[in-house]
Amino acid sequence: MEDLKKYLVERVLMLESDVVSPETEKVLQEVRREKTTVPVIYVSSGTSSIISGSERTWAALREYITDNELKAGLVKVGCQGPANFEPFVCIQLPGKNKLFFRNITEEKVESLLNGVFHNDINEDDLAGQHGTRGFEMWPGIPFMEELPFFSRQKRIVMNNCGCYDPESIEEYIARGGFRVFSKTIRHYTFEEVCDIFERSGLRGRSGGGYPTGLKWKQALNTGSSTKYLICNAKESDPGAFTDRTLLESDPYRLIEGIAIASYAIGSSNAIIFFRKGSEHALQRIRTAIGKTREYGLLGHNIFSSGYGLDITVRKESGAFVCGEETALISTLEGKRGMPKLKPPYPSMAGLYNKPTVINNVETLMNVPLIMQNGPEWFRRTGTENSPGTKVFAVAGRGRMSGVIEVEMGTSVRTILEDIADGIKDGKELKAVQLGGVTGSFITSENLDMKIDFDALKEKGIGMGAGGFIIIDENTCMVDLVRHYMEFMRNESCGKCIPCREGTGRMLEILESIIKKPENEESGTTLERFKGVMQLESIASVMKDTSLCGLGQNAPNPFLSALRNYREEFEEHIFDRKCRANICRGLRTFSIDVEKCTGCTACASKCPVNAIYGTRLQPFFIVEDKCIGCGICYDVCKFSAITVK
Amino acid sequence: MGQNYDAIFKKYKPGRREDLIPLLQDIQDTEGFLSEETIVKAGTFIGLSTTKIYGLATFYDQFRFIPAGKVHIRICNGTSCYINGSQAVIAKIGEITGLAPGQTGRDGIFSFEIETCMGGCNNGPVIRVNDEYHTHIRTDHLPEFIKKLRFIVEND
Repeated sequence: MEDLKKYLVERVLMLESDVVSPETEKVLQEVRREKTTVPVIYVSSGTSSIISGSERTWAALREYITDNELKAGLVKVGCQGPANFEPFVCIQLPGKNKLFFRNITEEKVESLLNGVFHNDINEDDLAGQHGTRGFEMWPGIPFMEELPFFSRQKRIVMNNCGCYDPESIEEYIARGGFRVFSKTIRHYTFEEVCDIFERSGLRGRSGGGYPTGLKWKQALNTGSSTKYLICNAKESDPGAFTDRTLLESDPYRLIEGIAIASYAIGSSNAIIFFRKGSEHALQRIRTAIGKTREYGLLGHNIFSSGYGLDITVRKESGAFVCGEETALISTLEGKRGMPKLKPPYPSMAGLYNKPTVINNVETLMNVPLIMQNGPEWFRRTGTENSPGTKVFAVAGRGRMSGVIEVEMGTSVRTILEDIADGIKDGKELKAVQLGGVTGSFITSENLDMKIDFDALKEKGIGMGAGGFIIIDENTCMVDLVRHYMEFMRNESCGKCIPCREGTGRMLEILESIIKKPENEESGTTLERFKGVMQLESIASVMKDTSLCGLGQNAPNPFLSALRNYREEFEEHIFDRKCRANICRGLRTFSIDVEKCTGCTACASKCPVNAIYGTRLQPFFIVEDKCIGCGICYDVCKFSAITVK
Repeated sequence: MGQNYDAIFKKYKPGRREDLIPLLQDIQDTEGFLSEETIVKAGTFIGLSTTKIYGLATFYDQFRFIPAGKVHIRICNGTSCYINGSQAVIAKIGEITGLAPGQTGRDGIFSFEIETCMGGCNNGPVIRVNDEYHTHIRTDHLPEFIKKLRFIVEND
């Protein structure tokens, strides 16, 4: 082990030329398991794999190998992307292409391995094969790259995800990693690196789209000798898990990205601000930092270049607003995470009043690639003003879900229809939502919209951090907007009045829309209407006067929904009807006379005594009294109660 | 209990405000919650008044001031789980256990809380019982499931 480390450092990392010698290449192939003489089984082990039960699959595989005294390798790898295929297992027989199997739960392990080792492969579990040059092809099995889920993607940032053991630094180096970092610190000045990134046109991937090179240069040009680089891995948008997937599938590239970015701004302190609730990913990044340090790629005087860097990991403590730059800095300083007025921007005066650059995970994952291939290479993908790719977490009611990467300029329709393979259960699309809780809705008429910072901004839609949520006709837009508003009300930090009071008031009004008045007093209806009339003006005041992005963007889902689904709002307000039957407060039930046996089960359970009738005769529900609680629906043994 | 504290405090230098949150996180990780005693102790260690520390700890969702139950249920309420019906799951669990989110039952068996997103979006609704994930939760299975959990705890 020690020898391999020395070998890799001397022959690969310290190498001046770009190409390694044929002899070294052989060693690297060995590390990459390309010359394996025993079968190797790869199990995906991202958080979404674990939720689907991949740990149990892994244990079953290990048991099978020891029970049958097999000589086989068993490796945990990162996440490939398709969450529907989890637990995802890949088997590589010596000299043959890799075979991928989907949904391998622990029960399926035995039959799967029996099949593979006796050349009797179960087609149902098979997802496809992945070709590598010099390996024998499996006849009649489709290639993974040809599946619609993968063929429409352009995987640059994710090209390592799910291909190697994310705890092994040797494998990352064998795949070409850290070479460019070692070259950067030895041959480039700070300004040169910033220049490369300014020319590449890389823009921040957390939603705002601020040019990364420019941000770095601002920090570099300040006079301070102490600077900080913060990697924002907070990602608290519900439904977005792109950063976490990248981080746990390819932690070393993130570390390399952080290292190059820190070098570019001349900082020797980097902090990863980590989201809570995913101990698995946290553990992985800590291991990765430890191993990188062992290799001398972190610490004092890296590779005798005179440059030193250390990375620390800080866990967040659960406040949505801490994803905002200034609030993030407050929480790192040990205060309540409340945003501050900008300017001064963090790149001038941030953490402890020192210049601080905050980049998100995906931005930093792009960094080593651009440094390695040059800014011109990066500009060749994507659009004029938004070069490169974007990673999305596709979730909601699509047939496929998971983490995907597409070239900028891809249409929303391509992602929805080709990659996500349309809507589950043959339902109609209602909307696609980009940008999480503060994002906007894209209706079915606008599906040809291109993924591009400026094109989306023109339509008033923010790109967001990577949430791509597919919403079908079974979802009530009013209720969804209310859900978002409730979230924002809970997460508003309370510093500025428009956001603190506005979110609360908007939630109150939206709640009054989705239920019937509780009593007959004449005032309540009037109050409700007054509220409805005020909704839009509250939203615009919040947008104009809130201190930070949270308050300014909190009304976005509401405004966007109102613009596109006004008739649904009107139905709720005027007709008191919810077409998706989601709003409990507006539901009314009726009893099917044919099916009702008059057992009185529902009448005795009804909390408001809205069900009348004589025993053994069909009962009926008084619509005005019904509160839509649904208890009668649950207790009826004869399915006689229907939702109206 | 006392020794536990000392080991945690030893990791930090006194008087550094930026260490406050990691310190509280560490205490919560070992103790399960922040007791009055620990907050006072942290206050003397960092050099801040207890009210300030309460102010900070109540700002963040992570910190709890009462111990969690033996069975701690976390329910995902992210957008994807919401679309797939997490609201009904939350209501049902509340109904069965008789608790509101963030509470712990008097018998100390159950406690539950709502989380924003766990990232198992294709498997929604997702719940996490202690450290184990359960996916595709259906409300009609919940009474049986909770009963089973209670049985396990009571007979342990």
